[in-house]
Amino acid sequence: MSDIQTINRPQSKIILLTEQEAGFARKEVRRYRRTAFFMVAPLLLFLLFAFVAPIGTMLHRGFYSPVVANLIPTTLEHLTTWDGENIPDDATITQLAVDFKRLAADRTSGKFAEAINRNMPGASSTIKSTARKLRKVEDAELKQNGVALLLKANKKWADPQIWFAIRKAGQTYSDTHYLKALDLERNNQGELQIRKSAQIYIQLYTKTLKLALYITLTCLLLGYPLAYYLANAPAKSANLLMIFVLLPFWTSLLVRTTSWIALLQTNGVVNSFLMSIGITSEPLEMLYTEFSTIIAMTHILLPFMILPLYSVMKGIDPTYMKAAMSMGAKPIPAFIKIYLPNTLPGLSAGALLVFIISVGYYITPALVGGTDGQMISNIIAFHMQQSNNWGLAAALGTLLLVLILALYWLYDRFVGASNIKLG
Amino acid sequence: MILKKLIATAALATMLCSVATADELTVVSFGGAYGAAQKQHMLDPWVAATGHKILSEDYSGGIAEIKAQVEANNVQWDVVDIEVIDLERACSEGLLEVIPHSILKAGDDGVAAEDDFVPAALANECGVGNIVWTVLYAYNSEKIGATAPTSIADFFDTAKIPGKRAMRKRPQVNLEWALLADGVAADKIYEVLATEEGQAQAFAKLDSIKGDIVWFDSWSQAPQLLNDGGAALAQSANGRIFAAIQKDKKPFAMVWDAHVYDLDVWAVVKGSAKKDLAFDFIASATATIPLSGMPDVAYGPTRKSSTALVDPAVVPDLPTSHLDVGLKADGIFWADFGESLGEKFNEWLLK
Repeated sequence: MSDIQTINRPQSKIILLTEQEAGFARKEVRRYRRTAFFMVAPLLLFLLFAFVAPIGTMLHRGFYSPVVANLIPTTLEHLTTWDGENIPDDATITQLAVDFKRLAADRTSGKFAEAINRNMPGASSTIKSTARKLRKVEDAELKQNGVALLLKANKKWADPQIWFAIRKAGQTYSDTHYLKALDLERNNQGELQIRKSAQIYIQLYTKTLKLALYITLTCLLLGYPLAYYLANAPAKSANLLMIFVLLPFWTSLLVRTTSWIALLQTNGVVNSFLMSIGITSEPLEMLYTEFSTIIAMTHILLPFMILPLYSVMKGIDPTYMKAAMSMGAKPIPAFIKIYLPNTLPGLSAGALLVFIISVGYYITPALVGGTDGQMISNIIAFHMQQSNNWGLAAALGTLLLVLILALYWLYDRFVGASNIKLG
Repeated sequence: MILKKLIATAALATMLCSVATADELTVVSFGGAYGAAQKQHMLDPWVAATGHKILSEDYSGGIAEIKAQVEANNVQWDVVDIEVIDLERACSEGLLEVIPHSILKAGDDGVAAEDDFVPAALANECGVGNIVWTVLYAYNSEKIGATAPTSIADFFDTAKIPGKRAMRKRPQVNLEWALLADGVAADKIYEVLATEEGQAQAFAKLDSIKGDIVWFDSWSQAPQLLNDGGAALAQSANGRIFAAIQKDKKPFAMVWDAHVYDLDVWAVVKGSAKKDLAFDFIASATATIPLSGMPDVAYGPTRKSSTALVDPAVVPDLPTSHLDVGLKADGIFWADFGESLGEKFNEWLLK
C-alpha cells in the first residue's frame, strides 16, 4: 500500500508516515473494504445461488451418473474381474439375479432399466421383464440357481453386449455424455470412435452458430442505420421513434413470435399480399423454415443491437466528421475512418449481445423453426423433457457454454473486451 | 396489545391457509375441450359431493415434470392424467403410487370393477384407465379435391392426394404409419421396428414425403393447419377433429385406417401428501357416470357399463368402434426405443 503510506508533498520530497499514522490509514482502508463487501454481499449471494451453483451442478451432472453404481454395487464389483470375452462368471450372474429381486421389490428396476437402455436400446424391456419374473422367486433358490433363472428369464442375458452396457453404465464418473455431445463414443474396448447410431450434435452446433451469425448480421444491417438516424434526428422525432423501438421490446416475446406465425403462414398476411399484387401465384413456404427463425429472431433481438449503438452514437461529437470533411475527406472514407471506429464499442456490444442471446434461444425456433430452423437448445429441451436424459442435456449445455466462452475469448484477443460499451 | 392482536391475526391467517390447502387437490390434465369435459363430468361432481377444492392445471404430457417433483421431494401435483406410453416408464421408475383396485367402484349395473373395466385400463398397477383415444388423420372435405383419401397408403401417396401433410414432430406414430403404409402387417409393426432394417425401412418411407411434411408440436395446431390450408392432411388426436366438426362446424373428415390408439389413465404422483384424497377422487372420476361423459369429446370410455350409456349417435365417432382397423400403441416398445429413435428421428430431420 505504498500510495497510502507515502504522501507527495509540494516540494516533491517523500516523507514516510509515522507508524501510528500508517496504522490508522490501514484500519481506514480495511473498514472501507468491509463496508464495500457488505454492500455487494447480497449481490454476491444472489450470483452464487442463481448463477454459480446451477452452472456448477450442470457441469457436474454431465460427468456424474451414480444411479447404476448405487443400485447394484456388488454386481459391479464382480464385473471388474470380467475379461469381456464371453458372458461373466457364474458368481456375477447370480449376484445380479439376487440384485434383481431387490430392485423389483424397491421399484427401482425402472431406473436401472433406463440407465442401461441408454447404452443399449431395447435393454429396458429385458430388464423390466426379468425383474418381474425374479420378483417372486425365493432368496435361497436365487442364490442356488441364479444363473439358470436369469438366462431363462430373457435370452439377451446370454449376449455379452448387455453386460458391456451394464459395466459402462456402472461408472459413477464418466465422459460418456460429453463424448455423445460431440458425436463420439467408446467401443467395448474403451477406444474412442465416431458414434454409430446417430450423429446430430456437431451438426446442430454448427447450424446454431450459423443461424446466430445470420441473425447478428441482419440485426446489424437493420439496426446500424436506424441507430444513426435516431442519434442524429431532432429530439422530438427521435423520442417518438425510440418508443417504436422499445414498444416491441416490452411486448411479450410469445406474442411477437405468434404474430410472425400469423404473418408468414401459408395463407397468411404476407402470402395473400404477394399473391394479390401478382408477385407469386402459389403461396410461398415461409413459416417453419430457417428463414422464419431468422426473421422472427431478428425482430425480437433488434433492440439489443439498437440500444448500445444508439447510446454510443449519441456520444460521438459531430464535429469529428465535419472536421474530416473540411480537410477534404470524401463522405464514405470519412465514415469508415472516423465514424465507424468511434461506434465500435457499441457495435461490438450489440453484436455480442445478439449473438450470445441467439445461440441459446429456445422459444422462437421451437415455434416457427419447423425442421430447418432447429437449434441446439431445442435438442437440449428434448433431452430434458422427453427422453429424460438430463446428463446428456447437461453435457450439451456445458459445451454450449464453453463454445460461447471460447468465442468471447477470441473476441477479447482480436477486438478487446474493454472496448464494449453497453450504454 | 396491538402486537398481540397482530400475532393472533397472523396465526389465524396461517391456520386458515393451512386448512384451505389441506383439502385442495391438484389435478393435472391436458386442457382444451378434453379438460373441459373432465371438469364437467369428473372434477365438478367430486367437488360438489365432497366439499373439497380442486386446483386444476394443464400440461402437455411426458414424465419430466413428475420426475423433477419426485426427485426434488417437492411434490406439487397429486393426480395426473397420463398417457399409457409414459405410464409404463413412470411406474417402473417409482414416480407413481400403486393404486389398489379395491378403491374402484362397481359399475352402476352392479358388475364388479375388475370385470367392468376393459382389461387394458387396469393393466398397469399405477393407473386407472380414463379414456381410449387415438391418433388418426383428417382432411378438409371442402379443399381436398376430386379424390378423398381412405387409407394410410394414401397419406404417403402425394401423386394421388397432392398437398402438405401435417405431422407431429416425434417418432411415435409416424414410424408406425410409415411401416403400415409400406405394407408391413399390423401385428408385426413393433417387431420390425425393433430391428435396424425395419427402422431404415420406416425412415425411407417417411423420406418419400419429407418435402411435403409440415411439422407441429402440439395437437391444438392440427385442426388449425387444416383450417387455414397449411396442410391438406393432418395427423391429429381424434378428439380435436371431433370438436372442430361438432363445435365449430368445420367441414373436416376423419380417416380411421391405421389409427394408433392408446389409453389415458389417472395416476397419483409418488409422495403426494393427499394420497387418500387422490384415491377418492380417482374412484369417483372413474365410476360409470363420469366416464360416460367422455364421449362428449369423442374419447371412448374404459368401462363397459359406461359404453352402454353413450348416445348412439356418437358411437361411430369413438375410437372404440374402430379398433379392428387400428393399432395399439406399444408403451413397452417406446420405453425401449423412445430415446434412440428420438435421436435418429432428429438426425433424419437434419438431413
